Amino acid sequence: MGLALSHGALAQDTVKIGSVLSVTGPSSFLGEPEDKTLKLYVDKINAAGGIAGKKIELVIYDDGGDANKARTFATRLIEDDEVIAMVGGTTTGSTMAMIPVFEDAKVPFISLAGAIEVIDPVRKFVFKTPHTDKMACEKIFEDLKKRNLTKIGMISGTDGFGASMRAQCVKVAPNYGMQILIDENYGPRDSDMTAQLTKIKNTAGVQAVVNPGFGQGPAIVTRNYAQLGMTSIPFYQSHGVASKSFIDLAGPAAEGVRLPAAALLVGDKLPESDPQKKVVTEYRQAYEGATKQPVSTFGGHAYDGLFILVEAMKRANSTDPQKIRDEIEKTKGFVGTGGIVNMSATDHLGLDLSAFRMLEIKGGDWNLVASGS
Amino acid sequence: MAEFLQFLISGLTVGAVYALVALGFTLIYNASGVVNFAQGEFVMLGGMVTVFASAAGVPLPLAALVAIAAAVAIGLLLHRFAIEPARGASAVTLIIITIGASILLRGVAAIVFDKQFHKLPAFTGDTPVDVLGAAVQPQSFWVLGGTAVVVLALYVFLEHTLVGKAVLATAANRLAARLVGINTTTIMALAFGGSAAIGAIAGILVTPITLTSYDVGTLLALKGFAAAMLGGMGNPVGAVVGGLLLGLLEAFGAGYLSSTYKDAFAFLVILIVLFAAPQGLFGRRVVERV
Repeated sequence: MGLALSHGALAQDTVKIGSVLSVTGPSSFLGEPEDKTLKLYVDKINAAGGIAGKKIELVIYDDGGDANKARTFATRLIEDDEVIAMVGGTTTGSTMAMIPVFEDAKVPFISLAGAIEVIDPVRKFVFKTPHTDKMACEKIFEDLKKRNLTKIGMISGTDGFGASMRAQCVKVAPNYGMQILIDENYGPRDSDMTAQLTKIKNTAGVQAVVNPGFGQGPAIVTRNYAQLGMTSIPFYQSHGVASKSFIDLAGPAAEGVRLPAAALLVGDKLPESDPQKKVVTEYRQAYEGATKQPVSTFGGHAYDGLFILVEAMKRANSTDPQKIRDEIEKTKGFVGTGGIVNMSATDHLGLDLSAFRMLEIKGGDWNLVASGS
Repeated sequence: MAEFLQFLISGLTVGAVYALVALGFTLIYNASGVVNFAQGEFVMLGGMVTVFASAAGVPLPLAALVAIAAAVAIGLLLHRFAIEPARGASAVTLIIITIGASILLRGVAAIVFDKQFHKLPAFTGDTPVDVLGAAVQPQSFWVLGGTAVVVLALYVFLEHTLVGKAVLATAANRLAARLVGINTTTIMALAFGGSAAIGAIAGILVTPITLTSYDVGTLLALKGFAAAMLGGMGNPVGAVVGGLLLGLLEAFGAGYLSSTYKDAFAFLVILIVLFAAPQGLFGRRVVERV
């Protein structure tokens, strides 16, 4: 059951923005911070007088992680609520199910889903804020190349996230001169990966190991990696484990592990000169102050989506979805939690590799890897 | 050789947990004829209650005892309020009841605890032990040793105590057992409590290696059930051998064949065994007179 949550004043002069999120269900740890972020900031915008004198009315539906429900709610947003834009779509599955509805209605849709197929091929009314797994692979390979390591072993989870990222890594490896000598995987619920890692360990010439994965799997892989005494071989995780709980679960074994992640995680460690410093620090304080929960990159993606839309609405100075869409596409130099966004007619994500920071875990905390080390 | 040993120890460690889950299935199946699919939730409770009790400041050994007591209490409640009232129902109905109980326990655990993953410290440190070139976590020895102790204790209980013999008698023929004055309801409750304790012990032993969360029970119940079928449903020795075999099949499948097909390989072997011997490796041939 989805309940429409009308947020904000129901004055004559309101503008409706829609959202369909997976607030409950298996993806709730993504959907929950997205939901809280949108409500928090819409309230803030309204308290400050809204956009050009108009208050935002936020209509949120919870799809529970079910793509069929998401599509039904998308139709409801268009036909009943008559929203002028949409920020939502927690999972790639939900997003892909909703795309046709917004394309047909010619209403802009800023998605919060990870996979590259949301914006590749480019669809006129669909944008997204989160980094793609392809970018994560490229960031890792870039770092490996700097360290003159080109022969790698891979161990990936067979869940959606792990399998998709593995495929992207295999695809972009030649661009960076990477040779994948051994390509192992594990089930998302497996509790011991020593067999796969032993095979990698005994493969001659492996200079580094990359582990695309999500959830608890990578934490167990990291523990097994240390158990087998492989820590002399550089070990890379993905942005899928960019949360404090990974460090907590993997324990001392996480020492020296590298991974690409958004600036939001290391806000306090960014130099004052960093253009994202102000945004990520303020978002973190606002979110943690309001929810008493640690900030996550997922909530950050919702923040970015909302403000890309708000700024486009201000520039368009209109509630016409078409005009707002045109302005979203013209987004340039937008500083968000995920990076600096520069969109174009051929790029509806607008992030480059500088959006990812390479982090290394040292002393149980994230540390920025200085470029060139 | 080192590689072989690494796979062997990995397989035995994972297999020991499957063996304990299979043993829980066996005990309840023998006493009541019920295949209890909530068996995996006992393992989850063992790990989760220990995690949360020790987070609340209870010392680890005491937290483990609290977890076992909690699991036993839930096992007894399950028997008293879900199984006992439906005693006359068919086997399929009883299985559906236990599946329902498993879903309920998972849902309650998600609310009472949380949906995050949790860890427990290893009992005797994380420094790997070198066994002829294979790196073994000290916790693996705890898992293997703990399993051996549980199996031995269960054997002594069933073979050398009066109450244990009553369980065997109930398993063999419930009506005859009642005729000689055995309270079969109490014996069944005992089996549920005992299975819950065994499951919780498995959860406590293995959580330092595998981590735990509210929904780890589902897969364990499936694997434990497969192990029990492989060994022969209702045979304690079969349950242990089946569990260890399944763990070894997975580890050697991942190590020597392909990690992509390791689960398929394990289940393929089980299917072949069951085609050849439908009763499992140690199952009794049941002869129906018509």
